[in-house]
Amino acid sequence: MQNNQGNLWQNVMDQVKTWARVNSPWAIHFNSGSCNGCDIEILATLTPRYDMERFGVKLQGSPRHADILICTGPVTRQARERLIRIYEQMPEPKFVVAVGSCALSGGAFQGCYNVEGGIDQVLPVNAYVPGCPPRPEAIIDGLVKLLQALDNGTMPEPITLKPGVAVPSKSGNPA
Amino acid sequence: MQSKIDKFTIPIGPQHPALKEPGHFEFSVDGEIVTDASVRLGYVHRGIEKGTEGRNWVQSLYLLERICGICSHVHATAYCLGVEKLAGVEVPPRAQAIRVLVAELERVHSHMLWLGVAAHEAGFDTLFMYSWRDRETVMNLLEGITGNRVNYSANVLGGVKCDISAEQDEAIRQGVDFLEERTRHYLEVVTSDMMFLRRTRGVATTPKAQARELGLIGPTGRASGISHDVRVDAPYAAYDIYPVKLITATAGDLEARFIVRINELFESYRVIRQILDTLPEGELTVRMPRRIKEGETVSRVEAPRGELFYFIKSNGTDTPERIKVRTPTLPNMASVLVLAIGHQLADIPMILTGIDPCFSCNDRMVVVKDSGGDNRAMTWEALRQYGIEYYR
Ligand code: SF4
Repeated sequence: MQNNQGNLWQNVMDQVKTWARVNSPWAIHFNSGSCNGCDIEILATLTPRYDMERFGVKLQGSPRHADILICTGPVTRQARERLIRIYEQMPEPKFVVAVGSCALSGGAFQGCYNVEGGIDQVLPVNAYVPGCPPRPEAIIDGLVKLLQALDNGTMPEPITLKPGVAVPSKSGNPA
Repeated sequence: MQSKIDKFTIPIGPQHPALKEPGHFEFSVDGEIVTDASVRLGYVHRGIEKGTEGRNWVQSLYLLERICGICSHVHATAYCLGVEKLAGVEVPPRAQAIRVLVAELERVHSHMLWLGVAAHEAGFDTLFMYSWRDRETVMNLLEGITGNRVNYSANVLGGVKCDISAEQDEAIRQGVDFLEERTRHYLEVVTSDMMFLRRTRGVATTPKAQARELGLIGPTGRASGISHDVRVDAPYAAYDIYPVKLITATAGDLEARFIVRINELFESYRVIRQILDTLPEGELTVRMPRRIKEGETVSRVEAPRGELFYFIKSNGTDTPERIKVRTPTLPNMASVLVLAIGHQLADIPMILTGIDPCFSCNDRMVVVKDSGGDNRAMTWEALRQYGIEYYR
């Protein structure tokens, strides 16, 4: 009986948390070597034509306040440590969205000596938005898909190609 | 008991709300006043110049275009002009005119973007939102012409790949009319809004002599009275047929930089209309050889931020032997460090955005070759330890 009530309480709390998270995710943006193209498109999603704040998404300055890390660009050797550090400063649960072909695979910069590859070489990535650069609509679509997945509790396990580089988020599935 | 802190250092970056791209700054402050500044770049260094050596001439075009997403077209133009010169190929006049048209549209998009970002740094978010809303007009035009909003790839070696149809002609005219009206409004705002003027008038004033010494170029330099614009001094592509007027100011402060950039917008609108009125008929491309004749060349174009310089060397094969890029932000960046001294810390974001910085085209690598015998490689940890030991 006691146990049952505890479970019920836990369930209600989880639902409230998911509700809050889905309705007001705060995002932080980090450019780990992009050409700027994706960055200006992310900025464009905040401006009146696209207005990402409709979905409660707010771009945030500090990793400690953020739920979602929006990454652009391939990972350069210089920026790699910073990227990991920013990811580790974010509170759990945290999600990573990779924006742009570069962030997916290294894109046009594949094979350049200072480029390590896509974001998933370093961090576990939850959502991929392809394009060079993706249109603002596509970026919004990627974020909304992520939020919907959080809402239904169907969040797939994040994908890491080189596990152990950063601590993978265990709480990818909020339900 | 006396405790004296004579130097307090504030690190900013590489991830910081005031920076849209990674760069690391360190400011020493005395109270609120900056006494020393230094910068560390290189977070987005990708190795593009070396990367071109492993790609053929056509593939390199698309890689070089991605040096900077904001001014991708000028990079491609500089590269194409250089390679065409090496190959001895004459590009049709219609293609050259379309190159200039897209370049001017790109300048409009870049300056509007900058206006918004600079207003945002000044805390004037209303202007940021308005200018970005209006910028969507030019983004639509660019997308209509080339098929992509950013990194449009309008250039190919030997010409351009997109034509201007009658509907596009009409759309561009309408868009430019709308933007011209809005730009007039912005000019009024940045020269009359008291709150905004407090952040710009008399801040980071660079007299002409100092600007020369610091090597300022582009609109930043023109705001200090340096009459230098590659489009005027050494017309390339179709700029000799569609001449632009040199726009300068003398005050040299942030307000002057706003005024110069906004006035350049009017000039761009005029050139765009003129090109549409007199667009020559003809082919869009000519055949380019796959291997480029041996030789080396230099090509210069005016990017939205200043002079862009390409050195291209060919060894007669289908890949470039060496490509060297010099982008305008690098010389301008040094001025931030000098001008910051003596200003309030709160002015720093404005001073930095005043040069319209673009880090992604900025990050270079220098190899220091030690000709002496003592070559040692050290990890950061070992170097730190070495320093501690040395000064013990
Ligand atoms: S995906 Fe394209 S636009 Fe985005 S950072 Fe990479 S090269 Fe630039």
